[in-house]
Amino acid sequence: MISAPDVVAFTREEELEDDLYREPPLPEEYSVPLFPFAGQGANPWAKVAGSKFTRDFILISEFSEQVGPQPLLTIPDDAKVSGTFDLNYFSLRIMSVDYQASFVGHPPGSAYPKLNFVEDSKVVLGDSKEGAFAYVHHLTLYDLEARGFVRPFCMAYISADEHKIMQQFQELSTEFSKASECLKTGNRKAFANELEKKLKDLDYTRTVLHNETEQQKKANDKGYYTTQAIEKANELASVEKSIIEHQDLLRQIRSYPYRKLKDSEFHPYEPEGALDRADMGSDQDPAASDPTEPGETPLYTHVPSYTPKLIKAKSAKCFDKKLKTLEELCDVYFFTQTLDQLHHIERTFRGDVCYLLTEQISRALLKQQSVTNFLFEDVSFLDEKPPEKQYRGCQGLGQDAIDEKCLEESLAPKVVISLGSYKSSVECVPIKMEQEMEDSEEPKMSESVTSEHQENLDYLDADIKGSISSGESIEVLGTEKSGSGLTKSESQASLPVMPSPQAGRSKVGSRRTVSEDSIEVLSTCPSESLIPEDFKASYPSAINEEPYADDDEGGLRFAPRMNPGLEEGQDDISKQESLVQVDAACCIGKESPNFLEPLPELGQKPCEEDGVVRIPPQPSRPAEQGLRGGFPCHDGLSAGLLLPYELDSRYLSGSREVSKSSLDECSDSTSYISSAASTCSDRTPSPARLGSAAAGERHRKRAGQNALRFIRQYPFAHPAIYSLLSGRTLVVLGEDEGMVKKLVTALSIFVPNCGAYAKPVKHWVTSALHLVDFQKWKLIGLQRAVSPAGVNVLHALSRYSRYLSILDADSKTLRCPLYKGTVVARLADHRTQIKRGSTYYMHVQSILTQLCSKAFLFTFCHHLHLPISKREPEESIVSRRMNFLKLQLGLANEDVKIVQYLAELLKLHYIQEPGQGGNPLLRFDYIPSFLYKI
Amino acid sequence: MLRWLIGGGREPQGLAEKSSVQTIGEEQIQNPYTELLVLKGHQDIVRFLVQIDDCRFASAGDDGIIFLWNAQTGEKLYELHGHTHKITAIAPFSSSDVTEEKTDLIITASADRTVIVWDCASGRQVHKVSCFHSTVKCLTVLQRLDVWLSGGSDLCVWNRKLDLLCKTSHLTDAGISALVELPKNCVAAAVGKELIIFRLSASNNGSEGWNILEVKRLVDHQDNISSLVSVNDLTFVTGSHMGELIVWDALDWTKQASDCNFWDSSVHPDVQPEIKLSQSPHETSVQHLTSDEECVFAAVGKGIYVYNLQMKRVIACQRTAHDSSVLHIEKLPNRQLISCSEDGSVRIWELREKQQLPAEPVPTGFFNMWGFGRANKQANQAAKKMHENTPVYFLELVGDLIGHSSAVQMFLYFGELGLATCSADHLIILWKDGERESSLRSLTLFKKLAQNGDLQLKL
Repeated sequence: MISAPDVVAFTREEELEDDLYREPPLPEEYSVPLFPFAGQGANPWAKVAGSKFTRDFILISEFSEQVGPQPLLTIPDDAKVSGTFDLNYFSLRIMSVDYQASFVGHPPGSAYPKLNFVEDSKVVLGDSKEGAFAYVHHLTLYDLEARGFVRPFCMAYISADEHKIMQQFQELSTEFSKASECLKTGNRKAFANELEKKLKDLDYTRTVLHNETEQQKKANDKGYYTTQAIEKANELASVEKSIIEHQDLLRQIRSYPYRKLKDSEFHPYEPEGALDRADMGSDQDPAASDPTEPGETPLYTHVPSYTPKLIKAKSAKCFDKKLKTLEELCDVYFFTQTLDQLHHIERTFRGDVCYLLTEQISRALLKQQSVTNFLFEDVSFLDEKPPEKQYRGCQGLGQDAIDEKCLEESLAPKVVISLGSYKSSVECVPIKMEQEMEDSEEPKMSESVTSEHQENLDYLDADIKGSISSGESIEVLGTEKSGSGLTKSESQASLPVMPSPQAGRSKVGSRRTVSEDSIEVLSTCPSESLIPEDFKASYPSAINEEPYADDDEGGLRFAPRMNPGLEEGQDDISKQESLVQVDAACCIGKESPNFLEPLPELGQKPCEEDGVVRIPPQPSRPAEQGLRGGFPCHDGLSAGLLLPYELDSRYLSGSREVSKSSLDECSDSTSYISSAASTCSDRTPSPARLGSAAAGERHRKRAGQNALRFIRQYPFAHPAIYSLLSGRTLVVLGEDEGMVKKLVTALSIFVPNCGAYAKPVKHWVTSALHLVDFQKWKLIGLQRAVSPAGVNVLHALSRYSRYLSILDADSKTLRCPLYKGTVVARLADHRTQIKRGSTYYMHVQSILTQLCSKAFLFTFCHHLHLPISKREPEESIVSRRMNFLKLQLGLANEDVKIVQYLAELLKLHYIQEPGQGGNPLLRFDYIPSFLYKI
Repeated sequence: MLRWLIGGGREPQGLAEKSSVQTIGEEQIQNPYTELLVLKGHQDIVRFLVQIDDCRFASAGDDGIIFLWNAQTGEKLYELHGHTHKITAIAPFSSSDVTEEKTDLIITASADRTVIVWDCASGRQVHKVSCFHSTVKCLTVLQRLDVWLSGGSDLCVWNRKLDLLCKTSHLTDAGISALVELPKNCVAAAVGKELIIFRLSASNNGSEGWNILEVKRLVDHQDNISSLVSVNDLTFVTGSHMGELIVWDALDWTKQASDCNFWDSSVHPDVQPEIKLSQSPHETSVQHLTSDEECVFAAVGKGIYVYNLQMKRVIACQRTAHDSSVLHIEKLPNRQLISCSEDGSVRIWELREKQQLPAEPVPTGFFNMWGFGRANKQANQAAKKMHENTPVYFLELVGDLIGHSSAVQMFLYFGELGLATCSADHLIILWKDGERESSLRSLTLFKKLAQNGDLQLKL
């Protein structure tokens, strides 16, 4: 709610819910192209147009040992999404840049095949021909039947917007790592199961062979061995060797450091438990069943015993056997978990990057307001735990904290491998594979080795030839572990892309060298986000300090200015301060900058004079990262532009008079920017949230729209909103459920939360209310019925009328205390030019944030609540408190009550012990009510 | 307001006009209770609240469960299960021996004919007695003698360890309805219409032995005695269902004090029959009595009456203080009076001295309020004569607390901590001074901040 995404230029209003306020669209010929470099309706920041798919999607591909790279599935699983986009082609592209040093097989000097638990690799690829950019996450799964026991897979997030991939790299990486971790966990389990079975088979085979040998020995009394016997003995020996090798593999897969999973979200099966089950030989899932045994079905779940089979020394040819599907490779459970996670990723990153960034910034900032954010924010919002990296380095963190983090990061172990090593690793792929294949396949298919070998080589050759002959070059700009060697590209990866020379340069730089249909590996980032030492030295910390210095001085300045009624200058305030005994600013401003919410007025106006916003939102995290790579020359400028800009909550309200319409419309169009015709992104508004988020978004829009209508239709909207803000339960009374619910929805955006639970709003009640209800709910929709029960309901209302404000939706009356303040007038101006629900919602949120910050100051200002000296009488504290509220915070009349109520909620929230819910208490005033009519 | 809600009429104050009960409206400057906590736990009518110490109280009611609460936070401390039927009496029994550490006990009697002693510190049952022939209806602790008495169909005397020290013979089937301690080791028990004075005396043979002797039977009441309260060491007061109020000398158990005989006043006997005629007994019943040094406050029917012991007359009254019977009243130190009623409301009154205006009619004694006819006139005249040179008082409504949806059975005044009310709607409500709570919360907040080290306190 801090940074309303009001920063995207107005393009076109797409859907107006409310016909009432719809304005005829501007004829085409009169419309001014706001962004000169783009066509009508284009997203000015979408540098790439003409992609063949309509929205971002996730692609899972496999480098199949039989058919080469092939796409397995897309998310969303909809043919329309990928459109004419050539998935096969793109799979080939992304699979051909797997830099994992996945080495499985016999390491030199080791007797047994060795499993390598390789880390996933994460790269960003660009295909300018397809207009597609992808975050590619390679991972390796184990399959006993696969060549070298490995099946290379990759998951790719494909978007037409390069900047989106670049800027969201960290987030994408985190999310995809979770998915990958989930897949791999399932895979290890399945692999272990498979090994177990294989071992049993081998054991059985050995026994059989042994018996046969014995029999032959007995039958043979000639004293020398027949060829047959020797063959058998050889076979036996190879089986025994195979057993040892498989045991070793099993040991390896089990010894995988499971502790790594502890922080992963996916361990519903305790890893040990899963293994135990595997140990027992129970075959719980079809995934683990051997595909060579079609009879093995989940029916065996209740029959833990596995009947071993005799293993023929001859193994089926590589291309004859059916490869396991991804679902079989992992446990079904884990597979679905992964799909869920991928769907989640798809939803999270859907939409325009501007919107995503704004969301992230606002979320990150909100996270810092841990004391006040529960008041007006969505509950789901707060429950979420976004990766810590998102808000690392945000403004609100103290400088110390940032430094600490940098320090930690720089202390983290680094793997520094030069770029060259990667290139060579690409080139040496065939060699490597040859080797591993030779080694690993040897034990069980010694006979087929040669032919298979040959085939593989051919296949590899073809693959390599293909890419070479097509004249496509693979440009590796940076890779995961290239560390300090790649200063530039790494900084690019996390650099906020903005309409700056830098962004353009990087673009040009990367384009320059590549041919039309080439794949660019634009960048990769270290998954642990290594920040090399020299970076740390190079980004000037002074830049970050600037805004803080401002913060400290800023103190309470903003308050009177925001209030038009108290439009006095700095001098007057200092006079006022002298009236107030304590210089409150001193105890607020300096005591704890961590507590201070960033003050609105610090932000230099990010918009130009004409109110058109030219800058897309910046990712919150790289305040300093952006600086280190991006703006060597205009540090000050960029700092000013970047930092407090999102915080300017006054932006909408304060400068409203100046450029009201343009601003409103600007912000109006934000969430729909992605719907503009020729942009890269999909047509759905970007939720940038978890599952319920889309619904939340819709709800917000609708609530905002209803609220707008409410404040326009009801002249007594102010006292009604005041009731809600001051904690007096508002009952909306009406016969028609739909109408009442609509009103309740509209008003719900003004209801402060009492704790980190659901909003205290009850949409529809038909029975008589009781005192307990007013404790629980602050906004209630109540049915008016003519039945005797209905009379009871009304009796209860009249009985408890002192705790209630009653909005009669049928007769359009309101009974509630008088309101003469100014805050609500700004919050709900019936002449507002805001037309869209979501915009209005954001406007409300920004003003509520101001209120929150005032409540915060009021709550946490020590001398307002406690005596300065021991002998100070209570009255002087009270008068100091009132002075603070009225003069320092600039609150008039009833506004004081609002802040006091919010402060009370803050106190309760703060002192409440984490575990217990705390007793809900009902605060009220003995204040006369008035009846308002239209 | 109701009319407005139902019919959409113009005047929102419809309900108030219809009732003759004094109302105060929504603006109550003097009402300090601006915050409330609802304490849930009981599953039936809550009838009793007893204070244990400065910040704890116990509640009990028809569900047979006793709850211990923290009066400051509203926290439920213990839930005491043991009785199978409703609770009929509850009394705190704290020992303040110098040698021992202070232990707070509560004694509860139930309709299941048991009495249980609970330890408030641990929430455990200490003793249980189940040898009663009838339900114990009242309990009294004689701190001085370190014994307690249970009154049912007979009167038993127990010591702290629940040894039965002595008991009376079977008195009545109806049982003792009220007990009050009197000086000189005496107790007064209300048994139907009679008031029986018992004396406890140490038996000759043993130190632990006690004898209980019936000393006197007072049969002055015409109807069942409903309330019994001790004013001071010299006087106690009884009230009956019929609306009789008798002030007794606590030492010689005579109806009259040494200098004046209250009931000999000419007003009284004449008016009595009229009361009976014109009013149903329920509405004249003296539901509850309370007193300070000067006055006795009586909850009679729907009204509240203030009887001055010195002047021997009613000095102020509120005939219809509530819409329904007043169940409990209490005098606060600051000349305020709180009453609760079956109508579900709690009202705060202040006893004020009225500026004497010659023409103004003076509220008269409560016994003539229903009356009409000659006797009433006499009373009026008599009263007027008496009032001429004395200050006139009246009860002013300074606030009301509306929260319960059913009869408010009882309340407990906790001074600064607030007020606890219990009701037939199964709830207990803690009413608090919002300002005070707010500043307390601030204090806690800064303490917690200091603890967490989130903020450096500057003093």
